Amino acid sequence: MDKQMTAAEVVAQLKDGMTIGIGGWGPRRKPMALVREILRSDLKDLSLVSYGGADVGMLCAAGKVKKVVFAFVSLDFIPLEPYFRQARQGGELEVMEIDEGMMLLGLRAAAWGLPFMPTEVGLGTDIITQNPDIKVIDSPYDDKEWVAMPALRLDAALIHVDRADKRGVCQIAGPDHYMDDMYARAATQTYVSCDELVDSDYFKDPAVARQVFWERSATSGVVHIPGGAHPSSCSPAYGFDVPHYKVYTASAKAEGGFQGYCDQYLGESEADYQQNVGGLEAIKSIELPTY
Amino acid sequence: MTTSAADYTLAELCIVAASKAFENGGEVLATGIGVIPRLAASLTMKTTNTDLMMTDSEAFMLSEPNPLGKRGDDFVQFNESWMGFSRIFDNVWSGKRHAMLGPTQIDKYGQSNTSALGGSYQQPKVMMLGARGFPGNSISHPNSFFVPSHNTRVFVDGECDFVSSIGYNPQRLPKGHSLDDVKIGLMITDLCVLDFGGPDHQVRLVSLHPGVTAQQVQENTGFAVYIPEDVPVTEAPTAEQLAIIAEMDPHNQRAYQIKDNPAGDRS
Repeated sequence: MDKQMTAAEVVAQLKDGMTIGIGGWGPRRKPMALVREILRSDLKDLSLVSYGGADVGMLCAAGKVKKVVFAFVSLDFIPLEPYFRQARQGGELEVMEIDEGMMLLGLRAAAWGLPFMPTEVGLGTDIITQNPDIKVIDSPYDDKEWVAMPALRLDAALIHVDRADKRGVCQIAGPDHYMDDMYARAATQTYVSCDELVDSDYFKDPAVARQVFWERSATSGVVHIPGGAHPSSCSPAYGFDVPHYKVYTASAKAEGGFQGYCDQYLGESEADYQQNVGGLEAIKSIELPTY
Repeated sequence: MTTSAADYTLAELCIVAASKAFENGGEVLATGIGVIPRLAASLTMKTTNTDLMMTDSEAFMLSEPNPLGKRGDDFVQFNESWMGFSRIFDNVWSGKRHAMLGPTQIDKYGQSNTSALGGSYQQPKVMMLGARGFPGNSISHPNSFFVPSHNTRVFVDGECDFVSSIGYNPQRLPKGHSLDDVKIGLMITDLCVLDFGGPDHQVRLVSLHPGVTAQQVQENTGFAVYIPEDVPVTEAPTAEQLAIIAEMDPHNQRAYQIKDNPAGDRS
């Protein structure tokens, strides 16, 4: 089955009001080219589920977001995501603020077709007092109460990977696949952008096959976009773009705000964008971070 | 017993004091977020608790802690296993972890806040990081705190604006739990070391950094601190400890963690 699509075709599949999960972690391996394609569209009223970085910030700044399910929204080396912060402080957003592990459990519940997963995480905190949709339940097996983390069912998941074949076999070659497998499984439709499109025999090597974290049946569409994670990283191919994130963060305090950032960088297409940030070779030469 | 060094910074004193939080936990994953907590965990792993486990702060478990900052091209880190974020939660929920973090607010119950300040929850005055992994800390495994500037904005009067992690608050105690299920270790600040060993889990003064008085601690804390009759002075680092800290922090990032990088002895 050939699942290749364009970014515009992915966005055409998305509808106003959908719940969209975005893979990656903070400034790491985010499907930013697909996010940019949403910025160029008239999609709105989205609910996002994300270990958030500029993906969440940009979509909030563009007025496309109704609700965010999050444990953090951060650029790591810039701890506070500037546009998410603005949106929260403007009182614009519905939120479900949860723990990082609770998000994993919610995605897992959705992936496994369960209504919830029990956990002790969140007990005694404002995670449960501020979230009327998260119930605390009695256990049938002990005398304790437990948080029933509800399934986080996604209409669509967007993920960026190092390599994929046209059938949707995806390799994540970097040190961590984060929770991307759970995003892929929790979603009705999973759209993957890849830095490199490969033939299926690329996966013959068992060491490579070990870097495939979900079956191709969980991938709906494959978009070949080299450099598509920029300005986030796609380790080991390239790191995150520190100067670009600084410019992006500064734009939140500049007169033009996010519109000014978009005018300067977004363009009509990913080719425009890459030209505006110095080209694909520049993206691919960004040094990996040291932790 | 090695003799204390004559010359050390407050940051180095805090690293040594914080390292004690990891001493008696046995074979657990030490997660020190920030320069001082990470150096504290590294020091413990290299000295008093060599069973301790640490990661590379990215995706691998290490048999030897990594030095901070840029490492030479010939540096090879001592991996022992993969430890991506999903697996971190397998560890967290096994209880075999001790985290040390620096929240924005801490209250008298040991509840902490990393989420939002002021305003309403719908529209906070200051949006911060979010709850991150805090709601799982101190209920799933022991949790300690590092506070680089001990003041009443951090150690607040009343409850935190948003409770990101559980503390010893009887009003919020979940059904079937006792306050002893809450696991908060040490709180290391630029003034002193505190724990929750006072009557009914009251915050207790454990030691005072050289030149700091108990009155100073109380004045800079928004709630009553239990002050025992004899409060020792925080132990000065030894020359051996300072050498290990320097080896683990070759770019001297520790000098930028506490305002003006004061000397350890302020008497």
